[in-house]
Amino acid sequence: MTDTNDTLKQTPLHALHLELGGKMVPFAGYAMPVQYPAGILKEHLHTREKAGLFDVSHMGQAFLSGADPARVLEQVTPADIQGIPEGMQRYGLLLNDEGGIKDDFMTTRLAGEAALYLVVNAAMKDADFAYMGERLKGKADLKPAPERALLALQGPLAADALERHAPGVSQMTFMQARRIAVAGVPAIVSRTGYTGEDGFEISIDGKDAERVARALLAEPDVLPIGLGARDSLRLEAGLCLYGHDMDESTDPVEANLVWSLGKRRKEARDYPGADRISGHLADGAGKKRVGLRPEGRAPAREGTEIADKTGRVIGRVTSGGFGPSLNAPLAMGYVESAFAANGTKLDLLVRGKALGAEVVAMPFVPNRYKRAKK
Amino acid sequence: MSEVRFTDQHEWVRLEGDEATVGITRHAAEQLGDVVFVELPQAGRKVGAGAEAAVVESVKAASEVYAPVGGEVTAANGALEAEPAKVNEDPEGAGWFFKLKLADKAEFAKLMDAAAYQEFVKGL
Repeated sequence: MTDTNDTLKQTPLHALHLELGGKMVPFAGYAMPVQYPAGILKEHLHTREKAGLFDVSHMGQAFLSGADPARVLEQVTPADIQGIPEGMQRYGLLLNDEGGIKDDFMTTRLAGEAALYLVVNAAMKDADFAYMGERLKGKADLKPAPERALLALQGPLAADALERHAPGVSQMTFMQARRIAVAGVPAIVSRTGYTGEDGFEISIDGKDAERVARALLAEPDVLPIGLGARDSLRLEAGLCLYGHDMDESTDPVEANLVWSLGKRRKEARDYPGADRISGHLADGAGKKRVGLRPEGRAPAREGTEIADKTGRVIGRVTSGGFGPSLNAPLAMGYVESAFAANGTKLDLLVRGKALGAEVVAMPFVPNRYKRAKK
Repeated sequence: MSEVRFTDQHEWVRLEGDEATVGITRHAAEQLGDVVFVELPQAGRKVGAGAEAAVVESVKAASEVYAPVGGEVTAANGALEAEPAKVNEDPEGAGWFFKLKLADKAEFAKLMDAAAYQEFVKGL
């Protein structure tokens, strides 16, 4: 363990995590706080009730520049990148040539800027940047930004707290992004997150990260939140964790992420794996990602087999645990498509016992994004 | 007179006569974090020393609870099913898991006493 910790990378907030009593664990090659002294349960509930600050500086940030980076980026994703309006962020999937999901990522078109700002998953960033770099070579210039830190401020009081350090942010709506000073520091702020709550992600230079984090933590409603609660919050929000709820063996139809495919892209079939994915779009896929509510109190963890009522195994749990806000266990996983309809009764094979469960719509906890009024 | 011993899997066992009460240590409860679910053995079940006897789950993960000594389960702490947080609040008291009728006193004698367990935890 000591050897491992010695080789782990640290975010610019490492010293602050230790000062706050963070319990550090290895995650994606980084030493990251899984929880602070409050504990996962309180941290989770606090985020849903007030506001929580997360260090997500381990995630991969980059800028893509060139003559037409949006058009070029569409070579590796089925998202409508060219259609992202100025000042907006959009979710997309990075696909391999078979349509398998290599990662999910966010693309931002900042007002008045030619370069696109990208955020990819921590565990995948080296692979993603190598893949994008190779695929887009000569057509666009990908510049990773390892010097940048990323903070997430999430929860119903996040906007009030951030407004005091970045006047104007509370006027932003869901998925909007802009450059603005936070606590006197130049930042890229987007009204997004990974908790299902209203909130923001704040990208800043690593050298400024502690100053910004301390300013936000000084707000009475803001507590530091670790990766443990980040995971239970995103699971309640029905959001995928890459490498668990999707990977290269799954395509966007199977992963139930068809909404992230651009309409124009679906029609043009001009993205990697379009043959397989178009087929699945037309005829359905063999398996599908669904939400599951176990009947009792026992959580069904990742890897738990899912069986139909005759005992035949028809799928597997990919994320599962206990939802503090739901006050009940919850899971997501893949099942054969015939069993994917909401209300389908299934069994989860936990420690050799069949525990009843029902396929349910996600999110498990209603999301509370600050959407623009139509 | 009761006597408490500890295992390297972070269970405690309190022996009164031939009745052994088993739970997880304060250290284990702190490491686990907020307990949200426990699965307890049925009375009458026979378990060997070191066998899986119960399960304790936090928000994050599931862990087995092993029987520190062998014997027949005589009772389980059903209160934990409704209030699993008792494991965090009072791990070495109201948060006990199950009781068993000790089969072999020598198994108990082999376990760590409080001082030895303290040393063991310090070395982790």
